[in-house]
Amino acid sequence: MKFDQPATLNPIDRARVVGKPVDRIDGPLKVAGAAPYAYERHDVAPNPAYGWMIGSAIAKGTINSIDTTEAEAAPGVLAVLTHANAGALGKGNMNTARLLGGPDIQHYDQAVALVVAETFEQARDAAKLVRVDYTQGQGKFDLLVGVKTAQPPKSVQGSPADTSVGDFDGAFKSAAVKVDQTYTTPDQSHAMMEPHATTAAWAGDKLTVWTSNQMVTWAVKEMAKTLKIAPENVQVVSPYIGGGFGSKLFLRADALLAALGARAVGRPVKVALARPQIPNNTTHRPATIQRLRIGATKDGVIQAIGHDVWAGDLPGGDVESAGLQTRLLYAGKNRKTTHRLAELDLPEGNAMRAPGEAVGLLALEVAMDELAEACGVDPVELRIKNDIQYDPEAGPKRPFSSRKLIECLQQGAERFGWSKRNPKPGQVREGDFLIGMGVAAAFRNNMAMPSGARVAIDGKGRITVSTDMTDIGTGTYTIIAQTAAELLGVNVSDVTVKLGDSSFPASAGSGGQWGANSSTAGVYATCMTLRGMLAQKAGFNAEDALFEDGMIKAAGKAIPLRDAVGREGISVDDKIEFGDLTERYAQATFGAHFCEVAVDRFTGEVHVRRMGGAFAAGRILNPKTARSQVIGAMTMGVGAALMEELVVDKRFGYFVNHDMAEYHVPVHADIPEQDVLFLDELDDKSSPMKAKGVGELGICGAGAAVANAIYNATGVRLRDYPMTLDKVIGGLAKA
Amino acid sequence: MTMTPTTLKVNGKDVRMTLDPRTTLLDALREHLHLTGTKKGCDHGQCGACTVIVEGRRINSCLTLALMHDGDEIATIEGLGSADKMHPMQQAFVTHDGYQCGYCTPGQICSAVAVLEEIEAGIPSHVTEDLNKVAYSDAEVRERMSGNICRCAAYPNIIAAIRDVAEGDKA
Ligand code: FES
Ligand code: FES
Repeated sequence: MKFDQPATLNPIDRARVVGKPVDRIDGPLKVAGAAPYAYERHDVAPNPAYGWMIGSAIAKGTINSIDTTEAEAAPGVLAVLTHANAGALGKGNMNTARLLGGPDIQHYDQAVALVVAETFEQARDAAKLVRVDYTQGQGKFDLLVGVKTAQPPKSVQGSPADTSVGDFDGAFKSAAVKVDQTYTTPDQSHAMMEPHATTAAWAGDKLTVWTSNQMVTWAVKEMAKTLKIAPENVQVVSPYIGGGFGSKLFLRADALLAALGARAVGRPVKVALARPQIPNNTTHRPATIQRLRIGATKDGVIQAIGHDVWAGDLPGGDVESAGLQTRLLYAGKNRKTTHRLAELDLPEGNAMRAPGEAVGLLALEVAMDELAEACGVDPVELRIKNDIQYDPEAGPKRPFSSRKLIECLQQGAERFGWSKRNPKPGQVREGDFLIGMGVAAAFRNNMAMPSGARVAIDGKGRITVSTDMTDIGTGTYTIIAQTAAELLGVNVSDVTVKLGDSSFPASAGSGGQWGANSSTAGVYATCMTLRGMLAQKAGFNAEDALFEDGMIKAAGKAIPLRDAVGREGISVDDKIEFGDLTERYAQATFGAHFCEVAVDRFTGEVHVRRMGGAFAAGRILNPKTARSQVIGAMTMGVGAALMEELVVDKRFGYFVNHDMAEYHVPVHADIPEQDVLFLDELDDKSSPMKAKGVGELGICGAGAAVANAIYNATGVRLRDYPMTLDKVIGGLAKA
Repeated sequence: MTMTPTTLKVNGKDVRMTLDPRTTLLDALREHLHLTGTKKGCDHGQCGACTVIVEGRRINSCLTLALMHDGDEIATIEGLGSADKMHPMQQAFVTHDGYQCGYCTPGQICSAVAVLEEIEAGIPSHVTEDLNKVAYSDAEVRERMSGNICRCAAYPNIIAAIRDVAEGDKA
């Protein structure tokens, strides 16, 4: 099915199953510890050998030699693989640095060897016996230095690095009220709970990897390209993924090394990255420097808005697209955005939950708070005043498909009790605590990706949906079952969903919050084809047939689905493809975050006391799992505001705090009740599901709401994330 | 390494193993007994994914060697219940969507079960105001559960699940 015209009334609109807060169908397996993750496949790959990755001890330079003799002689060791004996390898299109380094080294902890042994303990210990002799090169590790020679990248997520409309410089200069501030965000780590892990086995030429990967179709192609084998010979299986957040979008070293190891020793090999290897071996969200200039009339109407972004990455890498939302979020006739990429030799930067917006809004939405104060306009009101219903760069010819930012702000404010906020900072005290409230807008682009599925009904009427789509905690199993149940007129419990296997039809995969809408649209398309076939078999006109209560009904007759299917069953493959509606219409999801903090006026410690948000993201397919996505993302926003930072050792070029003890993420004690309101919205331009994503929207703006609440509480305006207590207290001392 | 015989009582059953002394309790469970419900998130005592209940107390099974538990009673997530026959805490996690990816979940559930017992036994925590009156509160649970990281951040839902079970226990 090609989706190239806005959807009209369709069978999803019956919303008997879709849109209901159904418990996750994979829930019982997960709470029982019975869902098999990549390193746990004793069921399909028995008696595996264990691989231990060795990462480079230098960030840049060359390996002169690797002495593996002692390691190879160690008890239980089966093989030691390095660039010297791994065979010729290609490089995938999606990773910037090679997954097995040497002789050239591109970043710290780039894989340089794999030790394979009978047991985990033997592999780990033998790894210490591998002697690598390096010549250390001169690396560039300091973004502040790198910006001096930063260059415009070729493109930013497929769009130009720079945009400009009207006369930004002139309008900014003559604006009555100006904000001109620079904000910085640090490198951040996904820190998903399941380390990157793969079990690999070969049968002749054919490789199977049980891995933890968000994008199965990409993984097949990238593995084939890297190993220089045919994609037909690679099967990727990834049914359960212990969190991804972008870290598992691409083929990584665990998968390649497990495949190489299994080939070398002729039996299954499994490799999991050790936690302290993850931040430097894999990808991270790059640090940014962002200058925001907003010029407005006295009462806060934006005349000029400019956003300049600098970020670093390895040579050949991409810039963090932190300016993109500023092209779309607020009105203003004169505008400009720029992105500059500094070449650095730090580990590879890449997508982390809401790449671009997540950090872009940490800057833009604090700048808006500063503008509100400078104009003396309420921050909610200021955002409402500058709403725009079309793409402000393209003009009215490119309207938003749907945009309920104003409603989110108003309803969110109402629920949160925003009217009780004292606009003057530092005024509300409770004992030793200073109390404040902050608001920020949420914005995340909507993307759509082609997605296929197979829907089969067996002779007993049991329905099975298979697709290589993944569930990274997003609730995919459940919303796909809901979609099929809705369209075929059965209960969720009549549907089995099989995911994450490249032998199933190729799907959108999980990334960029496109997964839920795109993959259910693929199931929709396939079910519609199946409905046509079944109606015909039953002798009905497909358009008139109603699928409900396990029956096909038309023309006063009703036939059980099972009878229409017949004893031999039926199976169909189909897919959704998207036309140019995402170009003709600006498509995005919107929201408003509210936060209340209490700041200890002696220690500067920030307690998040309440969070609330209102969101408009098209049809909410399952409010229970969608809410979980949003609160999880809001919490990651709290992390970004208050604690998350990969600290760079600028001498040796690596992230120092590379484990979960030192890279702090929010824990139970940090997170209060979180209130989430979804606005009623159907977006007929997004897909036949009329849905959009929510998995990333929740992080977008969340941290800025925290930052603005800190300012309201204390009068301390911080622009350098994370807002740790040393910075808060430094400000309090001055205030 | 001298392989060493050990007997663990896992989920009520005696299991005899001969182990490399470097084997952690976590790896003994996951790699030797194939009880993979207990997860490895960090292997360094930083995340709580490997939480099991040993002799009635929750511990990080990655931070202890299997040999140190010869004869000990060990309860894992598999011992609490199964997908078909869930423990009330497992059921509450499903009802309240107390997870997303599911990777921290067995650890959260084992911890949660033990936390309610700790409160019941009057063991105070950092946030207990009156050491002689230890009682359930959301704040007590947030404090005590803070060694179990959930990067998906199902935190309020996990608290709701635990509160539900705590209230059910009282009823
Ligand atoms: S695996 Fe034991 S605490 Fe993380
Ligand atoms: S459910 Fe994913 S880490 Fe907790």
